[in-house]
Amino acid sequence: MLHYDLVRILHIDLTAGETRVEERADLFDDYLGGTGVAVRLLDELVHDDRDALDPVQPVILAIGPLTTIFPVVTKAVATFRSPLTGEYGESHAGGQFASALRYAGYDALVITGAAKNLIYLVIDGERVEIRPADALAGMDVIETGRVIRDRIEGAGHRSIIRIGPAGEAGPGRDSIRYANVNVDTYRHFGRLGLGAVFGSKNLKAIAVIGQQHLALPEDSRLYKRTYAEVYDRVLHTDAMEKYHELGTPANVFPLSELGALPTYNVRQGYFGEADQISGEAFAENELITKRACAGCQIGCIHVALYRRPFAPGWEYESTLVAYDHELVYAVGSLLGVGGRPDVLRLIEDIDKAGMDTISCGTALAWATEAMERGVIRPEQFDGIDLRWGDAERYAQGIAAIVRGEAEVARWLGRGEVQAARHYGAPEYVAAVGGQGIAGYWTGYAHVLGHLLGARHSHLDNGGYALDQKLEPYTDEAIIDALIADEADRIVQTCVAVCLFARGVYDLETISRALGSVGIQRSADQLQAMGERIYWERVRLRERLGFQARLDDVPRRFFETPTPRGQLEPQRVERMLEIYQARRADAPVQ
Amino acid sequence: MPKILTAPRMARCIGCDSCMLACARMIYRSFSPHKSAIQVRSRGGVMGRMVANICTACAEPVPCVEVCPTEALTVRAGGRGMVYRKAECTSCHKCVEACPVQVIGWDQEEDKPIVCIFCGQCARFCPHDCLEMVEV
Repeated sequence: MLHYDLVRILHIDLTAGETRVEERADLFDDYLGGTGVAVRLLDELVHDDRDALDPVQPVILAIGPLTTIFPVVTKAVATFRSPLTGEYGESHAGGQFASALRYAGYDALVITGAAKNLIYLVIDGERVEIRPADALAGMDVIETGRVIRDRIEGAGHRSIIRIGPAGEAGPGRDSIRYANVNVDTYRHFGRLGLGAVFGSKNLKAIAVIGQQHLALPEDSRLYKRTYAEVYDRVLHTDAMEKYHELGTPANVFPLSELGALPTYNVRQGYFGEADQISGEAFAENELITKRACAGCQIGCIHVALYRRPFAPGWEYESTLVAYDHELVYAVGSLLGVGGRPDVLRLIEDIDKAGMDTISCGTALAWATEAMERGVIRPEQFDGIDLRWGDAERYAQGIAAIVRGEAEVARWLGRGEVQAARHYGAPEYVAAVGGQGIAGYWTGYAHVLGHLLGARHSHLDNGGYALDQKLEPYTDEAIIDALIADEADRIVQTCVAVCLFARGVYDLETISRALGSVGIQRSADQLQAMGERIYWERVRLRERLGFQARLDDVPRRFFETPTPRGQLEPQRVERMLEIYQARRADAPVQ
Repeated sequence: MPKILTAPRMARCIGCDSCMLACARMIYRSFSPHKSAIQVRSRGGVMGRMVANICTACAEPVPCVEVCPTEALTVRAGGRGMVYRKAECTSCHKCVEACPVQVIGWDQEEDKPIVCIFCGQCARFCPHDCLEMVEV
């Protein structure tokens, strides 16, 4: 049955090869699910004196009380210690995973320990199997998915989450610190290195099969009515239109026109070839279909046909590549690559290896500039001389990073912040708080949002949007809006609704949706919960090493003008002081 | 005129599961998409094409009706498809085996078949107009 009053957790200890189920009413009362539950469980289980890749560290995966049973409630939330930053790690993914976990009968998974050899897990309701994956070592994410899918053919709603070679450590080779976890081919736990954490546990993949019958409540009229009402708002209002039509790449061209598209390693905010890699250009030329996560009617996943000749005589090969704004920015404008097939090629290479595309793009961008300045040399990078706009050399660079043999390749696998520190050139990393930035160059709120946000991500808070609409644009207003926005989004990510539906799921709607299945929470109670969890998460981040410091913003960010003018370090410092004052007054210490 | 369910535009399907969730919710009192008379699947993973397994509303002689040992399944007015009466059903599984397109599912909890009642809820909740109720 569906639980309206507790969180059902499947614990898997890979060292002992043992599993157990735990039911926690306290977690449901205080955190509902998703982010809240994942923050709390990480707080209970993380070892703050151990490295991120130590087998004792936990991985938490949590869904929410409305997962799949309401429109666009599609996300699973992962928490872990990040091997990229050494600090708090949180990453969200769609696909079929959240839905499969729901119908497998769990609200959260907790994975600790490490298997002796490479393995994958099959979770089929109460049956949990650990299967050898030695034969899958080094296999890319697409092939890994196919092989496991063939092995678990059968009934039920399935999801396979897996890592590629980037997440695996081998003899004499480290894992890539921004390796991701691929979810059902087109979605990812993308940021902050969950893939490397999987690798450190010798965990190649998790297949979840969900086939439980979850009965509707005795009187289901209110639920059916509320579902239909939310469904109609998702479909027939403009709240989510942009995500379906051109999808997120709708932003590429307008941002460039505004001077807000990070280009050539954030040396400018305008890309001369933005019209070539715009959402419109991809849609007109390469888009072949759109796909959705389980339970989402929008279908924001834009799939392109990447078709290229491989020999004379009209010989073509073709593959399908999903593209999004952040990807187009990270291997497009940021590297000066203005050809659509080139962009698709780089996205595909990075994706198959199982790396976060944004972080791989920001690492390559730093390396290109460092090479231009003679800080690093091609001889240190398998002879590859990176050049802006040269996709062939970038493809070679990606392969070199995955191989991890050359000296520069190894450093780039630790992220550009570590590499830049090592080579003494930290001034021009396109990163804040240890992680490469998302594809916006809008102003203070974007930079501060990345620095203060839990994931150092543009989706923690609407920094990039606040830059475009917040008035008055004062230091206090920016900090207060960032905090309030993030606290609101926590409520949405506790329910585990996709943040693209945040316009539909205001607190009132969430309250009514919960109420329709018998979970009583007023909008005010939800708001208070979001604020409390916001500060609890800050406390956990501090425990894992987070500090809001001006030093974590590179000098480059004070040189390249934004639509809000050139940023000043003094003003950022003042905003950080305001943030510290809010922290000192916070209800959670 | 009676209507039957068709899936003429599956090339537009985004794989959102809404149709299955609608059938489960509105007819089978379940949150679970497998408890649905329509089953949408990808052939060859998400990179493959989407297909809908639906009742084709066979013309007479209707195979599932032919094998039904009781009056649980009878030919629908107009001669296409069937009408199901749970009270008469002995849970013999013969209809499942007889279905030429293999779309009659089994409700494990109720121990009864999952059959299409041609109500059109799945089409109502399809965001891309892949499904259509047509008169026959």
